[in-house]
Amino acid sequence: MSAQADTTVQNKATPQSVLRLTVNNHPGVLSHVCGLFARRSFNLEGVMIRPLHSTGGQHSRMWLLLNEYDKLEQVMRQTEKLRDVLSVEQHPLEGSVFEKTDGFFAGS
Amino acid sequence: MTDLAQPINASMPTPQAAKRLSGAQLIIQLLERQGITHIAGVPGGANLPMYDALPGSTIKHVLARHEQGAGFIAQGMARVSGQAQVCFASSGPGASNLVTAVADAHLDSVPLIAITGQVPQQMIGTDAFQEIDTFGLMLPITKHNWLVRSAEELLTVIPEAFRIALSGRPGPVSIDVPKDVQNQIIDIDTWPEPGVAAAKPTFEPSAIDAMLRKIREAQRPVLMIGGGIVYADACAQLRSFAEQLDIPSVQTFMGLGVLPHEHPLSLGMLGMHGARYTNYVLEECDLLIGLGVRFDDRATGKVEAFCPKAEIIHVDIDRSEIGKIKNPMLSINADVGEVLAQANAALEPMQRPLWQQRIAQLKTAHPLIKAGEDELFRPYGAIRAVAEILDDEANIATDVGQHQMWVAQAYPFNRPRQWISSGGLGTMGFGMPTAIGMALAQPQRKSICFSGDGSIMMNIQELATAAEENLDVKIIILNNGHLGLVRQQQTLFYQKNLNAVKFQQSVDFAMAAQSMGVKGVDLAQSADPLNDLRAALLEHGPCVINLPIDETEMVYPMVAPGGANADMIGGEA
Ligand SMILES: Cc1ncc(C[n+]2csc(CCOP(=O)(O)OP(=O)(O)O)c2C)c(N)n1
Repeated sequence: MSAQADTTVQNKATPQSVLRLTVNNHPGVLSHVCGLFARRSFNLEGVMIRPLHSTGGQHSRMWLLLNEYDKLEQVMRQTEKLRDVLSVEQHPLEGSVFEKTDGFFAGS
Repeated sequence: MTDLAQPINASMPTPQAAKRLSGAQLIIQLLERQGITHIAGVPGGANLPMYDALPGSTIKHVLARHEQGAGFIAQGMARVSGQAQVCFASSGPGASNLVTAVADAHLDSVPLIAITGQVPQQMIGTDAFQEIDTFGLMLPITKHNWLVRSAEELLTVIPEAFRIALSGRPGPVSIDVPKDVQNQIIDIDTWPEPGVAAAKPTFEPSAIDAMLRKIREAQRPVLMIGGGIVYADACAQLRSFAEQLDIPSVQTFMGLGVLPHEHPLSLGMLGMHGARYTNYVLEECDLLIGLGVRFDDRATGKVEAFCPKAEIIHVDIDRSEIGKIKNPMLSINADVGEVLAQANAALEPMQRPLWQQRIAQLKTAHPLIKAGEDELFRPYGAIRAVAEILDDEANIATDVGQHQMWVAQAYPFNRPRQWISSGGLGTMGFGMPTAIGMALAQPQRKSICFSGDGSIMMNIQELATAAEENLDVKIIILNNGHLGLVRQQQTLFYQKNLNAVKFQQSVDFAMAAQSMGVKGVDLAQSADPLNDLRAALLEHGPCVINLPIDETEMVYPMVAPGGANADMIGGEA
């Protein structure tokens, strides 16, 4: 669990975590991932998904921002089971898509 | 026993010349190549092309009277055989009627493949006649699901569906096929290999040594054995493991039958309706070895109070189960059969006379009390009478309620896949159509369903299906005129404020059966009920047996929902 502490942002009320997924790029993938999170009541704060240029659009990169810390291991194991999810990694908020796009969510 | 046919193997010649087929014909031929011999289903507008492609196939279609029935018939075939089985439904209400059976398969890890028709693709999203979002409905209750967009996709989706349903921890998948995809014509020159289970996860052999060391050191170890042992075909390995290390074993609801009923190391079922001694043993145990289990709340009771003195070892093929409920001190993410086989090769046999002595004490002091075991018209007596008439060849299904728990506690299960019941979802209406499926898959075995007068009404229409197929299905209704298990909960936890649990209008089940071409026997009207029960069970053919019991009968012991397993109500010696 110590690795998680390094990469988790603790300065908000609920610690946030970032996951970086590689998924098959076809219809339904987003539903499968978001459906899993809804069903298991994992707190999802943000999603960003785009096809990966390097794979000619075959795969997509999916970024998830989670309000989960204690359940993160369980979240990752459940996510890994999805058929169209090829990899799941934890990522620091620093340098993630969420940090870089933060300005778009300033409000008003 | 001749089970359902095996999938066609790779050496089977594949046709050389290109074949021109519709998507629907392709589906049927791919299913044939998977070894499917029966499909239960109901036709409708959106799956008519598949029904048009069925005649002439080696697959026999079983016409259910309700899609939920079709789903459970396929489940019955899958649960007794371990093979993936298929059900068909049309779009809209056909698909939504299937949902309960698919959800049930999901919670009990049953390889069910639901194939539904959908409105043509250009009409999807227009609120077309009988259009619903089947993909969205099936998504949270399957291992994976598809909306197929071209006939060509079927060549990968169908084998992949079987692979996913059978791999790792089994489970249901659903395939939604728009009508235009079913009608699309394509040329096939190479056929895909049939889908089979993927390789099992690999594990560190050193984990086995660590586990064996821990077990050797433990003073009061207990094995908790679950459905994973059944699904891994690992009963022989488990038995040898338990015997050589002399470890007493509790069985989960899904694990009943893994050890023979009378096995000296078997402590019966744990949890909400476990015997007192079984739950008390777990209070004292210092090492719990969970094998193919998921620590379901009906088994553990209040989790914080479960096995308070024990460290936990957990072996399961589903990595996400490890640490989900209980944090183990040691875990192995692997096929439990492979783990046990390796452990058996490495272990040194040992005896645990002190622990066994303590267990024997607890068992004598707090046995399972089977009140009325000698009386036919009492729950334990009825179950005993049926068990004495039958042998271990019979497959036993149940519906959901008190009758289910009495059977789980008292029926002498002696082999895996003999006990078939809805564990995770607890679906009333499960029993009879599932028993039909059991009989289709294993026609040589008697197919028994214990039901209640509440549950049987939830899929009673399938009696006509049982008659049509002339199957050796026997439905024994323990008739208390009530939703008994709900009555029990209101009695114990709602100050006897009995509400909406008594049927003001009773049903003559023998007559209802006869109206659908099934023999009906009402033991209440019988001069020699035991003899009539025997005759009804032993002759071939479908039969409904009404067996009245008192509505005040209770399933004891009982742990209150959310309560700790040590705090049992009733069932005291
Ligand atoms: C489809 C469904 N609806 C409701 C329930 C809730 N429920 C659980 S047991 C039960 C009563 C079952 O009555 P019956 O089949 O007569 O069995 P008994 O308890 O009397 O043996 C009910 C309503 C359920 N499990 N499944």
